[in-house]
Amino acid sequence: MSITRWSDLRRFTEARVGLGRAGNAVPTAAHLDFQEAHAAARDAVWSALDVEALRAELGPVPVLHSEAEDRRTYLLRPDLGRRMRAADRESLPRTGSTVIVVADGLCASGVQRQAAAMVRALEAEWPVVIVQQARVAIGDDIGEAMGAEAVVVLIGERPGLSAQDSMGIYLTWQPRRGRTDAERNCISNIRPGGISLRDAAAKVHWLLRGARALGATGVALKDDMTAAPLLE
Amino acid sequence: MPFRHAIGGTTHVFDDLRTLLARATPFRSGDALAGVAATSAAERVAAQRALADLPLRHFLNEAVIPYEKDDVTRLIQDSHDAAAFAPIAHLTVGGFRDWLLAAEPEVLAPLRRGLTPEMVAAVSKIMRISDLIAVAQKCRVVTRFRNTIGLAGTLSIRLQPNHPTDDLRGVAASTLDGLLMGAGDAVIGVNPATDNIEQVLGLLTMLDEVRTRFDIPTQSCVLCHVTTALLAMERGAPVDLVFQSIGGTQGVNESFGVTLALLREAEDAALSLKRGTLGQDVMYFETGQGSALSAEAHHGVDQQTIEARAYGVARAHAPLLVNSVVGFIGPEYLFDGKQIIRAGLEDHFCGKLLGLPMGVDICYTNHAEADQDDMDTLLTSLGVAGVTYIMGVPGADDVMLAYQSTSFHDGLYARAALGKTPAPEFAAWLERMGIGPGEAIPASLSPALIGLS
Repeated sequence: MSITRWSDLRRFTEARVGLGRAGNAVPTAAHLDFQEAHAAARDAVWSALDVEALRAELGPVPVLHSEAEDRRTYLLRPDLGRRMRAADRESLPRTGSTVIVVADGLCASGVQRQAAAMVRALEAEWPVVIVQQARVAIGDDIGEAMGAEAVVVLIGERPGLSAQDSMGIYLTWQPRRGRTDAERNCISNIRPGGISLRDAAAKVHWLLRGARALGATGVALKDDMTAAPLLE
Repeated sequence: MPFRHAIGGTTHVFDDLRTLLARATPFRSGDALAGVAATSAAERVAAQRALADLPLRHFLNEAVIPYEKDDVTRLIQDSHDAAAFAPIAHLTVGGFRDWLLAAEPEVLAPLRRGLTPEMVAAVSKIMRISDLIAVAQKCRVVTRFRNTIGLAGTLSIRLQPNHPTDDLRGVAASTLDGLLMGAGDAVIGVNPATDNIEQVLGLLTMLDEVRTRFDIPTQSCVLCHVTTALLAMERGAPVDLVFQSIGGTQGVNESFGVTLALLREAEDAALSLKRGTLGQDVMYFETGQGSALSAEAHHGVDQQTIEARAYGVARAHAPLLVNSVVGFIGPEYLFDGKQIIRAGLEDHFCGKLLGLPMGVDICYTNHAEADQDDMDTLLTSLGVAGVTYIMGVPGADDVMLAYQSTSFHDGLYARAALGKTPAPEFAAWLERMGIGPGEAIPASLSPALIGLS
């Protein structure tokens, strides 16, 4: 089929191409499509984790909170989102194993929809905790308190206009406060249309085996897992 | 040396120059996060008054980050031109503001090498938005590679055809969409989804093919790390411009994996390819307030002063383009539309006064308190201020980086509303190709020519 009109270009990309023009602006329908997508992304940022719904799926796991009191504080003070409340620290059991941390991050809806299924896909007997108003590095705090061998943080990713349901996974070997981002491995864009739960779970196990052999995660642990198709 | 100023019976004391600069800055979340912001409006204005009284000469004697500890400080101090500074050597910061507002445009360019980034940051802190616009509008910075960027009455656009998986046909489709809307004279520049060398080579080759197939008087760039670009050049890839994110301290540059020597090496490598036709300005730098704090390399200096120091790094080269990605880094640095708008205009003012071809990625993420109305306000203000170039992203929505910027439509709006044209060589090309409004794609730009069918 020949491509003769701008709108034909939409076949090749999800980007907003071929929108047409009203003068120099986008036509009304495209303008309102954008506004609707922005509203959804904004609401996703401010959405709260439904903790009880998650526990209904995950079981009676501990529920923790960062030092960021509310969403506004969370956005302005990333340092507070990286630390858990002192009282929570004392409530946690010690475990030598890997720990799974389910964190709301910048978009609760991604983990709300996918975290429980992800935990099941991992097929591991690791303890799970839920934490609210949390940044990635709170996994270091929690892992240290629990004496964890490694921490697997499932966290809501920054929403875009075309995706408000994306989850990221961060792995840190021997987590403790003060670890840097260069000491983690990340699997991002886990969502319908992105990386599948099954592929993400396989990668978590692959990386953890590598971490155990190397004694570290991060830049030293290169993800050269034989590429299975990432998109389904 | 401490600085003092009394307001309403309270004497405010500022221990050193970096503290004075930080307390004098209009409020923004990143300075509060770093713990360097003024704690009250009164303290802020006391700092602004004390800063206004400070002789410009003082900046040559007190560094905000010690000379011994930081290569950016050394670069700034060692390259200061005393002769260029002479016409304003007698002024205070406040006197400098008045002088700039009254100055004829032709006196500003000879001043550039006599200014330090900290002097420029300081004067911007006691300026209103209209001051930042009025003075920047008088600064003219012209650069050349395959076209001429920055001429009076022009507004250029970077065509940013990103794709979440770097799919070549997807990138090509967005590129064509932008060209049909008059975008791409600053550069056709893709942010690759990964820094994988094979992927970068594929994108470089495809963009070069599109450019040569349509005979477009512009340049392309794949915004990979400078070390990846060096590798691509070794492999004979068609690299027009070398891109790198930079910052205003040695520490933040290290966090980006670069040194001043590495930037020099990359510029030399790109120059040796001699790919420019009208000029050989081969570097493309991106900056943004907050990166130093994010890298914990800010030394207690406010984020805007550090941003100006990044321009000190940029001007040691001959960049074709310098871009402040103003709203990208997040609300912990610039919380809302008000902070983003002010920061964008400060960055443009500081860069232009220091002699750089400043563009601004007028943008925000979804966790910031901002929307397209804020972008329209900043775009219009920057257009009046004479911004060199802006971004063109399909529908203002970047599907790879998950943030909102300015669209191809926004570029058309700004040019029409402000009476601006694209770079002259590119404007002539648009006319030659028969590009204008309408739903049909001109035969001269047939998608089949670049493999889209």
